[in-house]
Amino acid sequence: MEGFMAIVVGIFFTVAIYLMLSQYIIRILLGVAILGNAVNMLLFIAGRVTREAPPIIGKGMETLPASAANPLPQALILTAIVISFSFFAFLLVLAYRAYQTLKTDDTQQMRLAEPEDASPPPLGY
Amino acid sequence: MAASDAPFIFIALIAPFLAAVAAPALTRVLGHWAALPLALVPAGIFAFFCRALGDVAGGQAFTGGYLWVPSFNVSYSWLIDGLSLTFVLLISGIGALILLYAGGYLKGHPQQGRFFSFILMFMGSMLGVVVSDSFLMLFIYWELTSITSFLLIGFDHSREASRRAAIQALVVTGGGGLALLAGLILVWNVTGVSTISLLIEYAPALKASPYYFAALLLILGGAFTKSAQFPFHFWLPNAMEAPTPVSAYLHSATMVKAGVFLLMRLQPAFGDTAPWETILPVFGGATLLAGTVIGLRQTDLKLMLAYTTVASLGLLVMMTGFGTPHALESAALYLVAHALFKGALFMVAGAVDHEAGTRDITRLGGLWRAMPVTFAAAMLAALSMGGLPPFLGFLAKEEVYEALAGGNPRAIAFTLAAVIGNGLMFALAFAVALKPFVGAERPLPGPHHGSEAGTEAGAPPSALPGTSPARGEIGQRHPPHIHEAPFLMLIGPVVLAISGLMAGIFSGAFHAAISAPMASAIAHEAREITISAIPHLSLPFALSLATIALGVIVYLLLDRAREAAAAALESIGWGPDQGFDQAMRGLIRGAHLVTTRIQAGRLETYIMVVFITIAAALLLPMAIFSEWPTWPAWPADAGFHELVIFAIAVIGLFAVVVAGDRLTAIVSLGIQGFSVAVIFMLYGAPDLAFTQFMVETLSVVILALVMTRLDLQPSDHRHGRELVKDAIIALACGVGFAALLLRAVQAPFNTSLTDFFNAWSKVVAHGSNVVNVIIVDFRGTDTLGEIAVVTITGLAILALIRIRGTGTVKPADNDPERSA
Repeated sequence: MEGFMAIVVGIFFTVAIYLMLSQYIIRILLGVAILGNAVNMLLFIAGRVTREAPPIIGKGMETLPASAANPLPQALILTAIVISFSFFAFLLVLAYRAYQTLKTDDTQQMRLAEPEDASPPPLGY
Repeated sequence: MAASDAPFIFIALIAPFLAAVAAPALTRVLGHWAALPLALVPAGIFAFFCRALGDVAGGQAFTGGYLWVPSFNVSYSWLIDGLSLTFVLLISGIGALILLYAGGYLKGHPQQGRFFSFILMFMGSMLGVVVSDSFLMLFIYWELTSITSFLLIGFDHSREASRRAAIQALVVTGGGGLALLAGLILVWNVTGVSTISLLIEYAPALKASPYYFAALLLILGGAFTKSAQFPFHFWLPNAMEAPTPVSAYLHSATMVKAGVFLLMRLQPAFGDTAPWETILPVFGGATLLAGTVIGLRQTDLKLMLAYTTVASLGLLVMMTGFGTPHALESAALYLVAHALFKGALFMVAGAVDHEAGTRDITRLGGLWRAMPVTFAAAMLAALSMGGLPPFLGFLAKEEVYEALAGGNPRAIAFTLAAVIGNGLMFALAFAVALKPFVGAERPLPGPHHGSEAGTEAGAPPSALPGTSPARGEIGQRHPPHIHEAPFLMLIGPVVLAISGLMAGIFSGAFHAAISAPMASAIAHEAREITISAIPHLSLPFALSLATIALGVIVYLLLDRAREAAAAALESIGWGPDQGFDQAMRGLIRGAHLVTTRIQAGRLETYIMVVFITIAAALLLPMAIFSEWPTWPAWPADAGFHELVIFAIAVIGLFAVVVAGDRLTAIVSLGIQGFSVAVIFMLYGAPDLAFTQFMVETLSVVILALVMTRLDLQPSDHRHGRELVKDAIIALACGVGFAALLLRAVQAPFNTSLTDFFNAWSKVVAHGSNVVNVIIVDFRGTDTLGEIAVVTITGLAILALIRIRGTGTVKPADNDPERSA
């Protein structure tokens, strides 16, 4: 099962990176959102998958049953989902403000910090 | 002085730095009279180390110090013998006089406190260089002198010439310092010792080592740059942009001698070999001749003195490496003599400039009536520099000729160089000390005394004496009354000039206390110096007469000699000074070229480079080590519902890519997100599924809100080659991640961490939901960090929304000329 899922994760990564290679901020943002899911799936599957047995210790037991899912990647992913969401929200607002100021989301026209006709630095002392 | 003096030595070594901290505040309270209490610091150091004179003359050397980085065998340790003691006395003695002189010279200057601070910091650094025993301590102090020299040369930082000279000095001497560090580390590796006092014991092993020559070249790189040896001589005359007290102190008496000091210090370890006795005299001799010839061409008093300093440093290097019995003695004598007469002459030049308003020798004349004391000091110093009896300079020069006069062709060549060099220096000495004072009185710009001259000429208050040509023009309209330099500016030249005379007259005592211990330390064996000021008929004396005759002829024909030197130099045209400019411009242009290539300002390029690197990092190791995963089998146990969910996720992904309008894109994004949530649920992760559902809903809602407000084109813009290129990069990354994951799940699984949490969640943390226990208990601090990240992001978003820009933003202007 994990092998099959690894191929799906590969598709997630491919689509995310293809979107991020775009020159338009909005498509980069979509790519970032998908990349978060791709990474989470990668973690999840690397910890091996089991069906329908959440890692919860039953009443009267001290440890998990052998069929339970691996709790460790789940704990990692729970943190990662929240952080990637806040990151995504920040990027979205940043893009929104940049669009308001620069009237574009085309990265090739956003050249305030690195102007196209950058004059050479002064040669004096 | 005894071993129990160690704490006092340490205090003496850091006292200048402490005084440097106090100097600005003190100057704010006392004005230029702060020079008096500040001068007490070097005067105290001078008196303290004078106590060691007797023991050191008896052949003793004091070592001591503290552990600094014991694990690397690095210590803060000092070695005080005849050589370092002489230097300590020169640095502290002349330093006290320079502080007094600067009190008068920069009277009323708004930054006088800063100047005192810089010069005291330099004093502390220079003391550190000469007493250092440990290699690393030597290097650190060495670079500190370069840095403080940079600050002092660039003191008048509003002028470009000052800034250029400061950068040039820093690049040349700082770069040489790095070579020195490399050389010292090489020596450390070869011999295993990291202190100079021990290194001398290992001299035979060092000289036999195959790395000897490389270490020698690296150390010479440090010494030659610091002591302005040809072809690195050019920074020293440019450093004359500094205020005159700096020129007198750093660039004649002390710092530029650090290179010579290093050679003398390492002479027992490195000397007495063919490379040493070839490279040093050849470069020293070339520097001697180049310095005097270029010096002849100058008309500025300070520049003439600067080039004779270059020449003198050349002579010192030549004698240090010459290798005959008297050579080291002559170097020791000449070093002390030079510090005394050159320091005095620089201070005289500064006094003339301060009172007459110009340093141009062709405009000065007849000042002796107005400035008799300055004139007397100048004459005493010039007589020593010219090498006339009974001055110390005469003794030094006799000893030089005694050492050189051999008879073989090598000795004759160097003797000739020395006679020509000394003859030209004789002429220059009197050109500086005599020409401004004798002859007819001439109209002169007149005195500029800090604030009063500043207001009179309307010049900015930061302008220093001798730096404002406009002031001279104004002065000529009102013929000024030129008078003697203020008292503070007279002490220095008079004391130094008289010291040169006294040392020559009482040569016996001087040799016993100073020069013989110094020469013994350089040679690392007991040496005696017997030369006295009484002329005696011999070959050296005949050479002295020849030198003086040459000097007198050149002095009388000075104008013609200047033209000849100028013509000769102009026919060469290019010099290392222009070379430095070319190198610096090339550096800036090269940096610009590299920056514009690497940072072209296209985000696509940056992202592309990142993902190509990631793809290579994923795929190459697997390809090189043949670690490819095996192709996964079709999951026979997969239920139909599972396969459908995966299919929906993939369909959602492709829909995002091909979506033609923004709503389709957002909805498709939602499809893949919710599919992931369902996958989490199917495989035993309900917590993840709930979180994913919430986050995905929020993302879609926010995205829809923002995107509908903007006029954006969400469909893909890429066509043809660009599409293929991006698709290939994305596919390579995707294949890389899939292969990585496949390889990971095909390897055996290590469950130790999971077992740990499984075993202790209920028993220790009393929680049944293991995922929650990990998050809030075992890794509680990580979760706190996560909450902090979310909070900070929220605040940043709030700030972005609240703060409204003005619409257009101007790029930062980095050009100081335009912004000024």
